Amino acid sequence: MKDVKGLELTIFVFFFVAVTVVGFAAARWRRGQTLMHLDEWGLGGRSFGTFVTWFLLGGDLYTAYTFVAVPAAVFAGGAMGFWAVPYAAIAYPIVFLVGPRLWSVSHRHGYVTTADFVRGRFGSRGLGLAVALTGILAMMPYIALQLVGIQAVLTVMGVTGSGLARDLPLFIAFALLAAYTFTSGLRAPALISFVKDTLIYLTIIVAVLYIPSKIGGWGHIFDASQASLAKPNPVTGKPSGSLITSNMTHWAYGTLALGSSLALFIYPHTVTGALAAGRRDVIRRNAALLPAYSLVLGFLALLGYMARATPEVAQGVAKAKNPQLAVPLLFDHAFPQWFTGLAFAAIGVGALVPAAIMSIAASNLFTRNVYTAFLRPDATPAEETRVSQFVSLLVKVGALVFVLGFDKSLAINLQLLGGIWVVQTFPALAIGVFTRWFHRWALLAGWAVGMVYGTWTAYDTSSPTQKHFGQSIADIPFVGHTGYIALTAFVFNIAVAVVLTVVFRLVKVPDGADETDPSDYTADATDRPAEPGDPGDAGRELTPASG
Amino acid sequence: MTEPPSPGPGLASKIVAGVLLVLPFPVYLAVPSYAKITPRLAGFPFFYWWQLLWVVLTAVCIGSAHLLTRRRGGGAR
Repeated sequence: MKDVKGLELTIFVFFFVAVTVVGFAAARWRRGQTLMHLDEWGLGGRSFGTFVTWFLLGGDLYTAYTFVAVPAAVFAGGAMGFWAVPYAAIAYPIVFLVGPRLWSVSHRHGYVTTADFVRGRFGSRGLGLAVALTGILAMMPYIALQLVGIQAVLTVMGVTGSGLARDLPLFIAFALLAAYTFTSGLRAPALISFVKDTLIYLTIIVAVLYIPSKIGGWGHIFDASQASLAKPNPVTGKPSGSLITSNMTHWAYGTLALGSSLALFIYPHTVTGALAAGRRDVIRRNAALLPAYSLVLGFLALLGYMARATPEVAQGVAKAKNPQLAVPLLFDHAFPQWFTGLAFAAIGVGALVPAAIMSIAASNLFTRNVYTAFLRPDATPAEETRVSQFVSLLVKVGALVFVLGFDKSLAINLQLLGGIWVVQTFPALAIGVFTRWFHRWALLAGWAVGMVYGTWTAYDTSSPTQKHFGQSIADIPFVGHTGYIALTAFVFNIAVAVVLTVVFRLVKVPDGADETDPSDYTADATDRPAEPGDPGDAGRELTPASG
Repeated sequence: MTEPPSPGPGLASKIVAGVLLVLPFPVYLAVPSYAKITPRLAGFPFFYWWQLLWVVLTAVCIGSAHLLTRRRGGGAR
């Protein structure tokens, strides 16, 4: 461990210790009668207001990986990396339409997970299981990528070394995270997200005002980046990218934005954060307020250009052959040490909040839709919570093994696949809150087709450095353009679901029972308070076993 | 089950809210329409300031849709 930057590291460690204390203390915050109920441990008591939910969902959706990877993509490819901004804008009209209905029906029936809703709506444990497994599969690599974010800042701070010395800090950070998630549940990331988001906003506002003034203004940043992007890349011989999208990339840009916006609200960690809201209006207001983070994301993306326009930083990234270091190196170069420490703490703490919520979301899915649904139908709420707590530990150990044991590119590949997979649950989940027109088996078949097509197509893509899973875009059949695989797979998914629904109705394959009522989708907290011990149990017995 | 009669939003409000919620999609998906360097604003190429501006406008659209379809004591839709 040579060249460790003392002051940076001290401030970084200080914030890590501070959030750990907050994490454990959170168990007492807004405490319910018991923590041994999934409504309490897994959803923070279902009582968060607009303010807390804004911080929680903001801390949840805008992950450390985003903060490192989005500017890295802009750094490496120019305009194409900016698709995250339209994505983070158009996702919110969808949140506004789908979110309140999902919240209401979940509140009335005590649903804790997305798969709970799908099972109850379509009377099919099998469809619920498909949604649950998709969610768990998508969460694992996503958690692993949060570690990649922490690793990037640790590397720049000089914590490199080899073997155990390099991995130990990461190991400690995750052990602490696992411990306070175990004891405090969703309250821990909710409270820590205040620290995280304050640090992030502070860092970005300072970066956006300070760095351009230091390196010659915005006009210069864009011009220098344009010139630099136009130079041929030594590997491919083609320009690295351009300042605006071209005829070749318009479709990719638009489909990446649209496809990802479909995924945003149906990711298990988003739904977990949303269901923790105490009132229906909280979701509606947050759909309008959360784009504030998207604006921050937009400026963050532009840090990629600042890195490119600063020769020392661009050289450093080229030397390390790792564009993920663009923002950490930029901060390290541009800021005084103490502020760099603060900015790195923002990224590091930024990894902990989503990692905690994701592990809670994945363990809730396992507990409710695998364990209780198939193995122990009469599990008590306390037993469910106990299982969730232990699964959340397992999930984190899994993520750690992933990052330490395998090549990082595996986690990135699987994250890419995770996005493609999650979109395939959109028909059952997001369309399901509006209509039950689709037949349950048609939805399952459409899901399977989308999953297989998406996985196979993604496997088939290559990049200059990778033979498989090289990128998230591929040729769209019959269209003649390149587009996001998730969206193409989604179109096939819907087509199959529509055709088979018509066929199944014609041959009169029985529909599952719907345990929800139209009024459930517009209900508010005051209409009927959620009762402990009533998490969907009423409907579970009535639903015909049809997995 | 019958829904208790409540003063929900009128049809006109719902239509306007619907239009506001759909509006950001064509704006952002018409990628070639904003893939331009000029006009620049404070050094930002059009491509960037236009998309950042629409993040704010998208929020305004959603906020307006919320206010238009709000129901006292509960959310609409």
